[in-house]
Amino acid sequence: MMLFKLSFRNLKKSFKDYTIYFLTLVLGVAIFYVFNALDSQGVMQSVSASTREIIQLMLAMLAGVSVFVSVILGFLIVYANNFLIRRRKKEFGVYLTLGMSRGAISRILLGETVLIGLISLGVGIVIGVFASQLMSILVARMFEADMSAYTFTFSPQAAGKTVVYFGIMYLLVILFNAAAISRYKLLDLLTAGRKNEKVRMKNPVVSGVLFVISLGVLGYCYLSVLGLLGTLNRNRTLLLIFLGSAATFLFFWSLSGILLRVVQARRGFYLKDLNLFVFRQMNSRVNTMVFSMTVICLMLFMTIGVLSCGVSVNQSMTAEFEAMTPRDVCMTKGMEEDERQSFEDAGKGIEEYLLGKGLALGEVLQEGYTEVTSYVLPGLTRESTLTLGASKEQVMEQFPMLDWSQREEFVPLSAYNRMAECFGIPTYELGEDEYLLLCTFDPMKVIRDTALRAGASLTIGGRQYVPRFEESQDGYLSMNSSRSLLGLYVLPDSAFEDGEFVPYCNYLAGDYEADSEEVREVFEARIADATKRTPIYAFSKIALRESSIGIGAIMTFIALYLGVIFLISSAAVLALKELSEASDNRDRYRILRELGADQGMVRGALFRQIGIFFLLPLLLAFVHAVFGVQFVNRMLVILNGGSQLGAILFTAGFIALIYGGYFWATYVGSRRIVEE
Amino acid sequence: MSVILNVSNIEKYYGSKGSITKAIDNISFQVESGEFVGIMGASGSGKTTLLNCISTIDRVTSGEIKVGGKDITKLRGNALNKFRREELGFVFQDFHLLDTLTVYENIALALSIRHVAPGKIEKRIRETAARLGISGILNKYPYQISGGEKQRTASARAIIGDPKLILADEPTGALDSRASRMLLKCFEEMNGKLGATILMVTHDAFTASYASRILFIKDGGIFSEIRRGNEDRKSFFGQIIDVVTLLGGDLNDAV
Repeated sequence: MMLFKLSFRNLKKSFKDYTIYFLTLVLGVAIFYVFNALDSQGVMQSVSASTREIIQLMLAMLAGVSVFVSVILGFLIVYANNFLIRRRKKEFGVYLTLGMSRGAISRILLGETVLIGLISLGVGIVIGVFASQLMSILVARMFEADMSAYTFTFSPQAAGKTVVYFGIMYLLVILFNAAAISRYKLLDLLTAGRKNEKVRMKNPVVSGVLFVISLGVLGYCYLSVLGLLGTLNRNRTLLLIFLGSAATFLFFWSLSGILLRVVQARRGFYLKDLNLFVFRQMNSRVNTMVFSMTVICLMLFMTIGVLSCGVSVNQSMTAEFEAMTPRDVCMTKGMEEDERQSFEDAGKGIEEYLLGKGLALGEVLQEGYTEVTSYVLPGLTRESTLTLGASKEQVMEQFPMLDWSQREEFVPLSAYNRMAECFGIPTYELGEDEYLLLCTFDPMKVIRDTALRAGASLTIGGRQYVPRFEESQDGYLSMNSSRSLLGLYVLPDSAFEDGEFVPYCNYLAGDYEADSEEVREVFEARIADATKRTPIYAFSKIALRESSIGIGAIMTFIALYLGVIFLISSAAVLALKELSEASDNRDRYRILRELGADQGMVRGALFRQIGIFFLLPLLLAFVHAVFGVQFVNRMLVILNGGSQLGAILFTAGFIALIYGGYFWATYVGSRRIVEE
Repeated sequence: MSVILNVSNIEKYYGSKGSITKAIDNISFQVESGEFVGIMGASGSGKTTLLNCISTIDRVTSGEIKVGGKDITKLRGNALNKFRREELGFVFQDFHLLDTLTVYENIALALSIRHVAPGKIEKRIRETAARLGISGILNKYPYQISGGEKQRTASARAIIGDPKLILADEPTGALDSRASRMLLKCFEEMNGKLGATILMVTHDAFTASYASRILFIKDGGIFSEIRRGNEDRKSFFGQIIDVVTLLGGDLNDAV
């Protein structure tokens, strides 16, 4: 009991040191709960069956991410705890000299950890429960669920999972503490407060050279990431990540060596107010801070990258959607014999085939549904068309996985126009010896267009066709949730008369003969039933929308989850370091006051010092992110990010809130320590 | 000679109702410009409290302390900081140098806190450093120099801002006898050639013998006062020992 009292008093006494640690724990617990409790939200129950499937997928992914997150949080907690324990060496020394056994000290620490653990879990889960109610609004908006189904929910499963995961982390902390206590020597403990500070100066020439090198390497990485220095494959990307990290470390290391020199050279600035104190102070620590600043910078980089990409993916997916899905349902069916269908079935159109399966399309679809056939020309493959404009190597660089033997697809002009009318998209006209090319996938469009601009002609059945336009056009035969048509040729009807072409694929599109959501769902189910295990693929607007929203939402949630965790981890580590620094520096600030420095001056010095340490990694991370995000955009180009401004603003606001909050808490805490 | 420091009827109480300790019990004295005054007394006599009150680190319970005609007991907040940085210089027993700064920068800091134009700082530091014999160590860090050099650095920092009054609290307390002697020679130089007014608290008779006047404090009050006049330092030292003996051997550790 006595020991427990001591633990409790210790906590109260060192509350200032522990505030940030405690807040971080509470935040960690709350976030963990929120993301694991997503499924129990009332609004989640009100969505359709296929959305529920997507939500299941999202939960499975979030569960996986949770394991990763708990590892990060575990490291953070063990690190922060070790850090705080080290600061209390002297206290333990006093206990030992008073005759307390190491076991008893371990028990004091055990008591403290249990106390902190219980309080943080309790407070964190309570906050998490309320935060997850807010989250349900976000969830409802993303999945377009019915908000009227909202009820206040508590997920015992998520709470249990949170308790188990954090219980394991606290257990680790307890083990680490016990190990640390048994290792310390009494003399070291008692003299822990006194240490001879030696100021190591780095060789400015070496630092300068390394600084230039680090900038060079970073520049190289940035340019490579932009794709200006050749293509990126997996190994090259890994190499760039390694180089970038190393250069980041080198940057901070060498910066610490030259920053002071540069400032010192500007005497007017250096000798003004407390500037010389601030920069000396930084210089004395940046040596020991280099490694953590590097890690924090990279973590922030990931935060910015993950957040802005996750958010922009969701935005671009929902923005494009309406234009790409004008009809309720769309079907495609291969017209060639393969393992899925016999020769006889292959010859049937979609309507005919479904009639054979007992589904008359006229019963479910409104008048005006359209079916058209596309053709291929044996021997006319991508290999022969794509190389008209660019060399095969150039194309390979862009699309290493491209299937070169894929045959090009052709559609007669009248058939295309019928389909385009059905979709309500532009129709085209062609001269007798002209062709046009449809392509909506931007990187492929670039390659296709070079051939078109060069006027590359096609020779079919002895006749030559020249391109009508210098650019490939917009259009499609089948709905899709994104712009991903790789290429489709439209030829005058006369080109198909001589019989060289063979039918390749049938397309059908139309609206349900329904005026209510319920009937629509019934028809949707009938078509899904009839096309199951057939060569027909059916895409409904509803299903496309749900999967599109679903992918966007999954990305956004995972991005939010990881982003928050990375952010609070790095901010917490910085904050703890700065706070302990403040108590080490108490004497120095006292001397400043004795010399007659005004309170404003002293606070300004403290503010600048902490500010620089928070800002420096953030700035570099931001520069990294500017280039890194472009790379991700190129990778995810299929998603066609439209305006990214929203995503960037969101990310900036988010980081300003959390990181800025930690900065402010650190500044206020340090001020209190220094002015004691 | 003008009066720099005028202490009149100050009292300092510690504690609250029921148990009051009088650390300073009605002390009055004056220090004139250019004087080198020593304050001696046993531990617990109130001499450090007196110094703290004059240096505005502590507050008096009653009475007035005027520096250059200004009552500093009325000052608050930044006016107090301004007074401290513009009118006072400090030398502490444990130096109070910033270990992250070089000797040069430690001295420069005192000037930049006073908002002295950076262009003027360089020259003033060189001059002062030459006078105090620390020109050779300006680019060293405190951990690289001896205790004596540290204390001379602190003295340079104290005097460079041209303060009305330099307050020294046991300046030789952490120094060996050789370094002590060098430091005190510095004080004589600062007092004699640079015209600095110095108020030094010590319990060491040898250190005190460098002063021109000594106030003896006992139980919070002034016990006696002796002046050096035209005597040499050795006989002044004898006089000091006599008073210490009279004080009842409380200052046993004085010699």
